Order: sequence, then structure tokens, then C-alpha cells
Amino acid sequence: MSLSVPAAAADPFADKPSVLEVDGLVKHFPITQGIVFQRKVGAVKAVDGVSFNLREGETLGIVGESGCGKSTLAKLLMRLEEPDAGTVKFRGKDFLSVKGDELRRLRRKIQIIFQDPYTSLNPRMSVGDIIAEPFKLHPEEKPKQGIRNRVKELLDLVGLNPEHINRYPHQFSGGQRQRIGIARGLALNPDVIICDEPVSALDVSVQAQVMNLLDDLQKEFGLSYIFIAHDLSVVRHISDRVGVMYLGKLAELGTQDEIYTGPAHPYTQALLSAVPLPDPTLRGAREQIVLQGDPPNPANPPSGCRFRTRCWKATEICATQEPELISRGQITQLTACHHAQQNEKVIPSHG
Amino acid sequence: MSETHRPEARGEPIDSTITPAGESTKKVEEASLLADAWRSLRKNPWFIISAVLLVLFLGMAIFPQLFTNTDPRECLLGRSRQSPSAEHWFGTDVQGCDYYSRVIHGARNSIAVGFIVAIGTFIIAVVLGLVAGYFGSWVDAVISRITDMVFAVPYILGALVFLNVLESRGVREVAFVLIIFMWPTMTRLMRGSVISVVNSEFVLAARALGAGPITIMRRHILPNSLGPVIGYATVFTGIIIGAEATLTFLGVGLQLPAISWGLQLSDAQPFLQTVPHLLLFPVIFVGLTVFAFMTMGDAIRDALDPKSKK
Repeated sequence: MSLSVPAAAADPFADKPSVLEVDGLVKHFPITQGIVFQRKVGAVKAVDGVSFNLREGETLGIVGESGCGKSTLAKLLMRLEEPDAGTVKFRGKDFLSVKGDELRRLRRKIQIIFQDPYTSLNPRMSVGDIIAEPFKLHPEEKPKQGIRNRVKELLDLVGLNPEHINRYPHQFSGGQRQRIGIARGLALNPDVIICDEPVSALDVSVQAQVMNLLDDLQKEFGLSYIFIAHDLSVVRHISDRVGVMYLGKLAELGTQDEIYTGPAHPYTQALLSAVPLPDPTLRGAREQIVLQGDPPNPANPPSGCRFRTRCWKATEICATQEPELISRGQITQLTACHHAQQNEKVIPSHG
Repeated sequence: MSETHRPEARGEPIDSTITPAGESTKKVEEASLLADAWRSLRKNPWFIISAVLLVLFLGMAIFPQLFTNTDPRECLLGRSRQSPSAEHWFGTDVQGCDYYSRVIHGARNSIAVGFIVAIGTFIIAVVLGLVAGYFGSWVDAVISRITDMVFAVPYILGALVFLNVLESRGVREVAFVLIIFMWPTMTRLMRGSVISVVNSEFVLAARALGAGPITIMRRHILPNSLGPVIGYATVFTGIIIGAEATLTFLGVGLQLPAISWGLQLSDAQPFLQTVPHLLLFPVIFVGLTVFAFMTMGDAIRDALDPKSKK
């Protein structure tokens, strides 16, 4: 599978070095039967061959519907789950084979922000203790100015009052809690932050604040983000490149512009055509694609192309041959579809 | 929507001077396990009632001389089985000992068994439940199956068999046998409680930071899973005091010359129709102690339940 980046003029990160290189990542969760003697009767193919690279200072958005493997992908990249196959390289170093102390050191460089700010903070710890925990676990990173002062700086950085260091999570609102989670993620000066639906649990007004904060922090510290979400407009707002996932695989991967103005994979087109339009006069002016049925069972995905059971373009070849994620003909982004064709009709016309 | 992305106007940081919970002058509320519980316990009338009773019974157990100056072992056969009077408030028993003094002195052994068993069971339950719940897979399978096996043996049956074999039975022996047969319930509770927090995102966050199992269990899992177990352990103390009385009554618990409520019940049995007060007074004391522990346990469990928070 090709990892080469399409040489689009609009890609400002083309010459930046890769921070994270992911190749052929696979995670199957076994389905077992029996209590004492567990037999494996199948496997949920949560992530089934995902490849991409993330470059310095870049934000890669990953979108897809529930159950398509987005969060499993995040856990694999954090090594919270061990993958069954594939490689993850952090700055050229194999992240999956490191163990013990070296793994602990590398963990500092990749951090995660979770979806639910109500469960991602220990309710029995004060905010100061929560944000100080990274320093306790990594004594060699102990800040010169003292842990407590550094925690106050971090609180200030994410837009919270440093005086609130002794408060407990239940005394904060959802958006403020998410800021605490971000401060904890920033504590060890990471290079990569994986945002696993960081704004999905927040009010729309607070979503914008948290995303702007993430954006500002990226500019200030040169962070790279992997931004996982199911909300297309959220991903569009923050991402430089976007990957669309369907049933454990990437269906389409390209720059934000390519995906949102010229989607070539039928699934991406269907997703974009379902985005609600704020302007009522534009409604009806675009083609709406309504997919039939539910996503297939990830334990038993269809042969060939996984989207073929719900695709209006499906033909013989889709059932027999699995489409690779490659650049096809005039289409600059990578698509995994035999019949990839750009379709601007699903995008609302301008003005 | 295409014109809305990457707007020029950056959202200003939310106003962090607006305090999230009440006025900024309000004292910062602790969220530690105990401080949390204490706040809600103070307002619970059942807690107050049970606390007063428990202080009373604990006082009896530790300083019986505060309640009576009469020696419970000073017995005159000549005054056997007297009814309650001004001199002997609870009357006298078969041997002619002052019954009030004997009931007061009986608190120590009963409550001692209750505490030893509750603490022993608590330690076993917390360790096994934590290990089973945290590590899961085969560790959990082994611990859970052993728990099930012990759980399948009724404690009365197990204790009858074991205690019958022992020649001399004191507080230690009875407590030991009760621990052996009564740890499974609390262990299951702890395991369930651990499982409900082990997949929380804050545990994942700690793992992502590189925390080891010991750190995660100590800092994140224990404080969030102990609540129901502490509540149950208090209720359990009451259950054990009842169980000790039951075993002693059946003749396999404590032995004379020890003084305990169970022994008094056992001795009173033949005289149920002629001198019922011999049965009545120890029953009231056992009943009130068990009631106090159970009510207290319920109150504590409610206070520690995070779902009951406003």
C-alpha cells in the first residue's frame, strides 16, 4: 500500500518530516464461547489494515460512523491495545516493539485526550493532582520551577483559573473538564496528541472554544494531532488532511480540501450529502444520497469492497477484488474504490 | 458551510473567573472518600441513631466496668433464676449470677468476633477482588471459581463441621472459621466494584501516561471502588455478631467459662417457659447491636455511593 502523499499544491505539510508512520495496522477482537475452555468462534475486525502518516504540525482528521474502529485505532496508537499486525513508527523508531523503560519514555511523546470529560478525570483527585500525575510518573521530567507552579502554568495555558488548583472535577463544567484533560495531555510536552472525539460530549458553543484552544496550542507548540470525530464539520474546521473510515478500513484519505470539495468515494459522498445545511435556501439544491441498510457485521465483513452491500455503484469486481487505497487517475486523494469518481453535486453550491 | 471553516475570529478563552460551583468565597469542598461521606452522613438521622447505639455497645465491650460494678462471675446458687428486681436489674441466671452484669460483659466477645471477622474478610475481599477485577482473564476465572465453590457451602454447615472437631474454641477459632466460610460475598462485591471502574477513561489515561498496575490500583481504582465494600463490611459486622450467637447457641461456638450473648441464649433455652427474661435480655442486646451495625452500614453505603451525589 502506497504511503506517498499526493503532490497537491495545496498541501503545506508536504516537506515536513513524518512524526507517526502507521502501516497495515490490524486489530481483531476474538469472539469466544464457553466459560472454562474458551473456543474462538470468530473475530470482530475492528481495525483491519489501516495505513497513514502524520507529519509535523499537521492535523489528521479521522471520520466515520459508530463502530467503524476509530476509537480502537486511537487505543492502538497509544498502545493501550496491542495490535495483531502492522507497524507504528514514531520519528522512524518502531513504537510497537519497545518495552519497559524505553516505552515509558516514548509514551511521553504521544498523549491522548478522551471523549467524555466526565469519566476521563478521577473524581477523587484534585485538579492539581490530576495534572501533576504525569510528573509523578516521569520524575525525570520534573519541572524546574516546581510541580505546583508548572501545574498552575498549564491551567493558565488552557484558559482556566490557576487559583482553582485545589478544586475537584465535579466542580467544573464539561468544557472546563475537557480543558483539564488537555492540560494533563500537554504536561509532558508531547509531539503527538490523539484526540478521541474530544468535543463530541460538549455543547456546540463550548465545542468551538475547545477546538480553538487546540488550534492555538498546535500553533504555539508545533503539535501534531490525530483528531477523531464523527462530526464532519468539526473535522473540517480543524483538519489539514482527512481520512474516512468504514468498517475498520480507510475508504478515502486526502487533504481537507480534496475530501470536502471533491469526494471520490461513494461513502464519503453519502456522508457529505447528509451534513445538515444551515442555509434553508440551499436545501434541495444538492444531491442527497440516502444509504440503505445498516453497516455489515464487522465480525463477518463482505468480500471484496466492504462498502459494496450499501453502494449504488457496486458491480462484479467489487465483490471479488478488494480495492486498494491508492491515487486513481485524475483524483489526487487516495481512494479505496474501483469506481472512484469525483462528485461535487453532494456539496452545496457556493453562495 | 464551506465559508465557515477556519474563521478569523479566534474564540476567546472562556471566562475562567466565573466559578463553576457556587461563589468563589465558598470553601473548597474536599472530594476525598471520607470527607465526602461525612458531609452526607451528618444529615442522616439513621446514622445518628445507629452511631449512638454503637458507641454505647462499644463502650460496653471495651469498658464494661462503666456500666456495672458487679462481678459477672460472682455467683450464688442460692439466688438462682430470680426475676428482675432493683438489686438485680435483669434478674439472675441458673447459676445465680447477676444477669445484667453478664449481659454487659457478653458484649466484648460478640463484638470482638464481629470486628475480627469483618476486618479479616475485608482484607481478603479487597485484595482478591482488586486482583480479579483488575487483571481479568484467567486470574479472574480462577479467583471467581474458587469464590463460587466456597460460596456454595452454607457457612452454618461448614462451621458446624470444622468447629466440632476443635477441642477448645475461643474467639480466635470461631472468628477464623467464620472468615474461611464468609469471605466470598464481599469478594464478589469488590470485584464487581473494581470492574465498574477499571475501564474508566481516567484509568486508560493513567495507563497512557505509563503508570504501572500498582500505581493505577492504589491511586485510581481503590478510592473509586471501596465505597460499597466499606458499607457492606459494616452491615457484615452485624451479620457476624448474629452468626456467632447462632453458632454458640448450636453448641459449636464459644465455650464456658467465656461470657457471650450466644452462650446466654443457649443456657436460657431450657427455661424459655418458666423464666423467659433469661432469653429476652440477650436477644434484645444481640438484636440492637445487629440493627445498629446494619443501619450504620446502609447509611455509609448511601453516603459513599457516587450516584447519590446531588
